[in-house]
Amino acid sequence: MQKIGVFVCHCGTNIAATVDVKAVVDALAKEPSVVFAADYPYMCSESGQNLIKDAIREHELTGVVICSCSPRMHEVTFRRAAASAGLNPYLVEVANIREQCSWIHKDKAEATEKAIILGRAAIAKALLNAPLIAGESPVTKRALVIGGGIAGIQTALDIAEAGFPVDIVEQKPTIGGKMAQIDKTFPTLDCSACILTPKMVECAQNENIRIFSYSEVESVSGFVGSFTVKIRKKARYVDEVKCTGCGLCTEKCPVKNVPNEFNLGFDNRRAVYIPFAQAIPKIAVIDPDRCNMLKNGKCGLCSRVCEAGAINYKQTDEIVEEHYGAIVAATGYEISDVTRYGEYAYTESKDVITSLEFERLTNAAGPTGGVLLRPSDGKHPHTIVFIQCVGSRCVLEKGKPYCSKICCMYTAKHAMLTREKYPDTEVYVFYIDVRTPGKNFDEFYRRAAEEFGVHYIKGAVGKIVPRADGTLDVQAADLIMDEQLRISADLVVLAAAIEPSKTARKLATMLTASMDTNDFFTEAHPKLRPVESPTAGIFLSGVCQGPKDIPETVSQAGACAAKVIGLLSKNKLTGNPCVAHSDELMCNGCSSCANVCPYGAITYLDKEFRMPDRTTKVRRVASVNPAVCQGCGACTVACPSGAMDLSGFSNSQIMAEVDAICR
Amino acid sequence: MNKQDLKEEIVRMSGSAVEKCMRCGKCSASCPSYEDMEYHPHEFVYLVEKGDIEKLMASESIYKCLTCFACVERCPRGVEPAKVVEAVRLIVIREQGMNRLKPDDIPGLWDKDLPQQAIVTAMRKYTK
Amino acid sequence: MQVNEEFVPTIVAFCCNWCSYAGADLSGTNRLPYPANVKIIRVPCSCRVNPTFILRAFQRGADGVIICGCHPGDCHYTTGNYYTRRRMTLLFSMLDYLGIERARTRVEWVSAAEGQKFAETMRSFVKDVTALGPNRRLEDLRCRKD
Repeated sequence: MQKIGVFVCHCGTNIAATVDVKAVVDALAKEPSVVFAADYPYMCSESGQNLIKDAIREHELTGVVICSCSPRMHEVTFRRAAASAGLNPYLVEVANIREQCSWIHKDKAEATEKAIILGRAAIAKALLNAPLIAGESPVTKRALVIGGGIAGIQTALDIAEAGFPVDIVEQKPTIGGKMAQIDKTFPTLDCSACILTPKMVECAQNENIRIFSYSEVESVSGFVGSFTVKIRKKARYVDEVKCTGCGLCTEKCPVKNVPNEFNLGFDNRRAVYIPFAQAIPKIAVIDPDRCNMLKNGKCGLCSRVCEAGAINYKQTDEIVEEHYGAIVAATGYEISDVTRYGEYAYTESKDVITSLEFERLTNAAGPTGGVLLRPSDGKHPHTIVFIQCVGSRCVLEKGKPYCSKICCMYTAKHAMLTREKYPDTEVYVFYIDVRTPGKNFDEFYRRAAEEFGVHYIKGAVGKIVPRADGTLDVQAADLIMDEQLRISADLVVLAAAIEPSKTARKLATMLTASMDTNDFFTEAHPKLRPVESPTAGIFLSGVCQGPKDIPETVSQAGACAAKVIGLLSKNKLTGNPCVAHSDELMCNGCSSCANVCPYGAITYLDKEFRMPDRTTKVRRVASVNPAVCQGCGACTVACPSGAMDLSGFSNSQIMAEVDAICR
Repeated sequence: MNKQDLKEEIVRMSGSAVEKCMRCGKCSASCPSYEDMEYHPHEFVYLVEKGDIEKLMASESIYKCLTCFACVERCPRGVEPAKVVEAVRLIVIREQGMNRLKPDDIPGLWDKDLPQQAIVTAMRKYTK
Repeated sequence: MQVNEEFVPTIVAFCCNWCSYAGADLSGTNRLPYPANVKIIRVPCSCRVNPTFILRAFQRGADGVIICGCHPGDCHYTTGNYYTRRRMTLLFSMLDYLGIERARTRVEWVSAAEGQKFAETMRSFVKDVTALGPNRRLEDLRCRKD
């Protein structure tokens, strides 16, 4: 015989103002199996919870129904209260009479009637509840960080600092990411490499960190606490252990005309190369598309000069399988394609460049040794035009609807540094809005305008026409003066929108992590859980979650590491007991359930059954791994024999709710 | 027509989402008739959004737009200013029954370099 | 049965826990009203909704059934709402065959941020079902009390 207790909350006046709480208590008290019904101003308060606990003990309740706010709010609170009174927490049901009743209806009679019906549905469901015990699963105490930019580096360092081993997977031959390519950082103007490279070295030296450079994640399986990841280590054709990074091969290689990715194609590298001087790991890599030896077997020069004997033309991709408890996505960003904006003549003129290209042109380690020279003729530019929001805040198909967030500040930095180094240069910045929220950011921008004499013009550039004399005719609007301008510029810098890495979408699918329409990873809650993905065990660091600058990235990376450390420091994880289970006697082994399961939680066993005639028969039956099952219930509907059911949301429970609502 | 109806009529005729404008001025930066216009493309969008349309109707600017669609092509917000200009012009022409260009005017304007299409377009644009 | 009494349909709404149920909560938090005859049943995912639940609802006297899930591609369980879409397409064509008007059933995608859309959807659904009048097709008269 079931004994149900019903508790109706006033929530101050939030519920009581539109629902006649007493009437609800009276009506629900008359329901079969209800042995106790009470109301209280705040059921979630300590005394409210005590009321529930006392009633459970006193009336030996076998089920509890609480009519209150949304179960998304306080279900956990009430379950805990029930558990402390000795009742299985999964015997508690919550009827949502606040968000889905009192707050949306004005008519008291109508709202009261609805609250009673919702209460009845909850009682009907509670009567069919079964005590559930959450399973436990172990935690592999190792983390994987995907992406080796500043976000990944900082996350890995912080996790390693706490004593947990962590692996970084980076698709490029070196870690460092975009920050390694940047010249100076705003708003303090410290040299990017000077603050980044010590962190890169730290990664290499920290014994808790392993770096898989020139590698990609091939597949991910498992779940929070025990992921299995296959990592493809692409063939470098150089033995990682033997190579000393002396660089002799890169000097002798006869293939000299390969555009250098690190300098964005402004200069050339060899077919065997080390991306840049401070690369970590400092190991050469052979470009298989350009190496003569790998293409047609004719050369082998690098192998002959390498004293360490590290060159190995027969090397192949290697797949490494590793186990992790947590995975961090730190895939970063790319510069969006500015060739889609034909009016800016990016493809027609070498002197129209993106801001990242400008960084390389002003970087002391860059192709010009830090002297600002025009890419077309190597002359010093006297008039420079910066254009903001190229591709950002553009709702057309070719653009990005969001604000890229970093452009206003780096443009102020570029403009300021240019004026400082070359006072004879006129610098114009065309802006729509200057957005500088951040510590010392607005002061920085104002300094560019006030102290350094940068011309900030409110307006946009309509068209750029390269002229025969090598200058660029910039046609623009000045909205404050309400006039059309023409500027004859030597160099135009486009603040191109940033977009998530092209690899992110594929990775998100592997991780079953959700993404927004712009391919940024979605966080579990935009305000309260900003570094976690809704998928348990997946964490987000850096721009892969949304545009952000270096200070923000670093603080997010630290927050992300804290969350990972919190997970890895647990020995066991308590699972969700509301998972699917199959009735072996009804299952006919048809595989319908396994075909729809997104987690691969269902396997098949050959099981021996005793038949009525005392013979035995081996049948194939489904078996759900409760640690892998997430409880979506897709299998329960796919099952043709009705063998599959979901604990906590069983077929009979939902039917009972339907009946209660429709009666 | 009152202000609100006029605005709605222009929005309906042009199919332009004037409220999407973020005031970047790329339309005016792209406009080849800019110097000849009293009100510029971004101001057309702004004034229609504000509902201040009489000013535009009284202005010669509505006949200065070449309908070259550079602004439509380049607007990052998909606002399509040229269609707004055209809608204001059509309102004026329809309301006043005014033919800005009469067939009799054409011989006076004749120029052997003028493409025939320009005359056809002008007849369409400026005549009721 | 009184003829003059205004017809108030019984509506059952199945909402997935992660998006639509949260969207319904949000419409409550924002005090966006919709008719009280909509009663929500929480399910973990829209793909948990077995077609038999819908048949059962009609049998027991529901006048309309709506299933709400996450937007395609946003399912918490990755693919659940795609199954819903396919299953419901089949079920609705069967209901059509049985003579249950197409407007009595609906699948809608409501995210956790779309409180406004949830309320609007419910208002329009109730309006459509009210216009159709009581459902008599699958109703089991033994379930009726009056």
